[in-house]
This record gives sequence, structure tokens and C-alpha cells, in this order.
Amino acid sequence: MSEALPEQLEQIREDFQELEVRTRLELLLEFSLDLPELPERYRDHPDLFERVEECQSPVFIFLEVDENQIVHLFATAPREAPTTRGFASILAQGLAGLTVDQVLAIPDDYPQDLGLSEAVSPLRMRGMTAMLARAKRQIRDKTAA
Amino acid sequence: MTAPLDPSRRFADYAHPERLVSTEWLQDHLGTPGLVVVESDEDVLLYEIGHIPGAVKIDWHTDLNDPVERDYIDGAAFAALVGQKGITRDTTVVIYGDKNNWWAAYALWVFTLFGHEDVRLLDGGRAKWVAEERELTRDRESAPSVDYPIVQRNDAPIRAYLSDVLDHLGNPLIDVRSPEEFSGLRTTAPAYPEEGALRAGHIPSAQNVPWAKAAADDGTFRSAAELNDIYREGAGLKDGDSVIAYCRIGERSSHTWFVLTHLLGFEGVRNYDGSWTEWGSAVRVPIVKGTEPGAVPGR
Repeated sequence: MSEALPEQLEQIREDFQELEVRTRLELLLEFSLDLPELPERYRDHPDLFERVEECQSPVFIFLEVDENQIVHLFATAPREAPTTRGFASILAQGLAGLTVDQVLAIPDDYPQDLGLSEAVSPLRMRGMTAMLARAKRQIRDKTAA
Repeated sequence: MTAPLDPSRRFADYAHPERLVSTEWLQDHLGTPGLVVVESDEDVLLYEIGHIPGAVKIDWHTDLNDPVERDYIDGAAFAALVGQKGITRDTTVVIYGDKNNWWAAYALWVFTLFGHEDVRLLDGGRAKWVAEERELTRDRESAPSVDYPIVQRNDAPIRAYLSDVLDHLGNPLIDVRSPEEFSGLRTTAPAYPEEGALRAGHIPSAQNVPWAKAAADDGTFRSAAELNDIYREGAGLKDGDSVIAYCRIGERSSHTWFVLTHLLGFEGVRNYDGSWTEWGSAVRVPIVKGTEPGAVPGR
């Protein structure tokens, strides 16, 4: 038995699934426009960020685990890469406030469940799958010590 | 009815200058009856964050590829798609896109499979339009639906299948992928997702000319003289050659197909869209590793 998805990830999944295929793109665009700016403390630290090589456009992510074992995902991608920004924004919102254990328990194929493959193409979805995998790996590295 | 040609002198040395328009020309002709502007990008949402006023969107993956088989859509689906975009058989279609018109060239090649006569590229693509601070809009697409005839796709003149490539060995092949993919260090473009090829390397005798060599820093095509240096001097192509270009899934090689066919005037150039994701997984086809083209095996 797999564990239930954390609430906000389940909500995002339902929000996409309720829409017609074409309209799902519009929701992805909204996510894209909502990708938060980097907080002040990380703005001048490109060294901390890891490039997601599997994405077609340059996107960089950085995971932080705070003293309460809560995960924060920060991402930056150019404005001319809205699809990739959308993927990063879904993960940033979806992971917000989750614990290390909750994030590590997210199924690796969560991106495939959003119903975006048809609207975006399966090939492009691989970028988001890779982003989630890299996020989990960063968390494992940070909590391994 | 078709739109007038762009008389820019900088296109005059190309074999088919009628296949290009400049950003200035497009600006001046927006709204001309008989002209439809199409945006075709790698990023499926780029059109939505701002596009040339009046432009419609055609996506290579979700619109032009057959959703089930690894093939392009058929005549009926193409007619339905472009008719919805306000394109008739006589329309002048100007295509532009991101990444040096990489996907725009791919869309143009697919229009050519259906024999659409007047289809052109915007030289410099989306990046040049944006860099020149020309107008973009987020208006929704609002083309009137028109009738486009159902035309059978005619693949043979410009599209090569795997069996065609095997028969072609001994004639010029241009591999437009990155040097790392050509030599067999990797099967995907640097920084691109894995698209599934089981073996790495290149088709024997292929010359490696990465597609982007044909583009200048501002995304426009290099001059005819520079292109001749790259493809005739560099890759050894000669008039009368039969040429096949390939890459990984046939998109980057569409760009090279455009350059060889429309800018340099080679006839009968074909794009092998199966490309490395087919060849690199096919059983018992010859492969060469390393940076040298290698010899065609005896048959």
C-alpha cells in the first residue's frame, strides 16, 4: 500500500485532472507566473544551485532543510522558459511545509499523474520527473550526515 | 492570394530568398490579407507569455505528431489543424520560433511534406523580434476557421526512412548533432533529456556539422558565403550530391535541411526524422564511434 499523498500535492493533482486537456496548459502557465523570486539570502549564491540537466531550458534548484526537518525548494529559471518554470513552481508549492520524510515518500512518478503528458508531451514531462528526483537526492545528501 | 516577397538585399545571395522574411518586413506586413504568422517553439507555453500580434500557435509535438504512431499527422488532420488557424492552401505562412528557429524549421518542413507552396521563416526568429523590442501580445488566438483541402502527405522527396538511409550509404550524410553525440560519448544533446537510444555513435561516413553553425549570434542565418564555407568546403558537399541530414529525432536536422535546400540550393535533400533514436536502437545497422566519419562497410 502506498501512503496517501500530502494534501497540497493531492490538491494540485486534482486541480489539473479536473480540467480539460487544453485548459491544463493554462493552469501550468499560472504556476509558471507564480514561481516565487529567490529570497534575498540566496540571490547572490548561484554556487548553491544545481542545474537540472534533464530540462530543456536552464533551471536551477536548491533544497533547504530547516532545524525542524521542514523542506524548502527554491528554483530559478528564465522567463523565456515558462514550461520549466511551471514545473518548478508546482514542486515549490507542492513541497512547501513538508517534512523530509514526507518529501522522500512522494512517488517518483507523481509528475505523470498530473494529466499533463497529453497537453505538454511525455518528453517534456521528463524534465519535471528529473527535477523531483534531484530534489529528493539533495535532501538525502543533506540529511545523510 | 499570397503576400509580397521581402526584397531585402541581405537575402539576395541565397538560392531561394523568397523563403525568408526579415523582422522589418514582417512588422510592415502584419495584417496583410493572405498572410498568417505561426509561432512554433520548443517551450510549449512560450506563445502564451507573449507572441507577435495576430500570430497563431502550432506545437511540434502536440499538433504535428501523430498521437499514436511515430509519424506525422495525415492529410485530414493537417487540413483540420491549419484550417482552424486561418490557413488556406494559398496562404503565405511565415513561421518563427525560439532557439534559432529550430522548431520553426521543423514545422516548415512538415508543411512542405503536405506541399504547402508559400511557407517562409522569419530570419532571426522570436529572439530577434524580442531583442528589437517589437510588439508582443498575450491576446488569445483568434483566427477565422477556413477550409484547407485534404492533401496526401508526400514524404519521398524530402523525408528518408531507415531503409532509405541504408540504400543511401556511400552518399553524403550530415550528422547535425553535437560532437559528443557524434563520437558516441553520449546519446542525448548536452543538457537534454534521454530520448532512448540503445547505442551511441554515428552512421558510417557521416560528416558532423552541428546545426547551430548555420546561425549567427543574433539568430539570423549566416551569409551564403559563410554557409558555403561550412557545408561545401568544410563538409565536402558538391552540386548534384544527394544528401541526407539527421539528428536525434529529426528536429535539428530540419534546420539544416532548410539551409541546404533553400539557402544553398541543393536539390533532393532529405531529412531522416527517425534519426539517432531509431538508428541507435535498430538491430544490425552499422555504427561508427569516435570523431572520424569512418568508412561505409562493404555489403
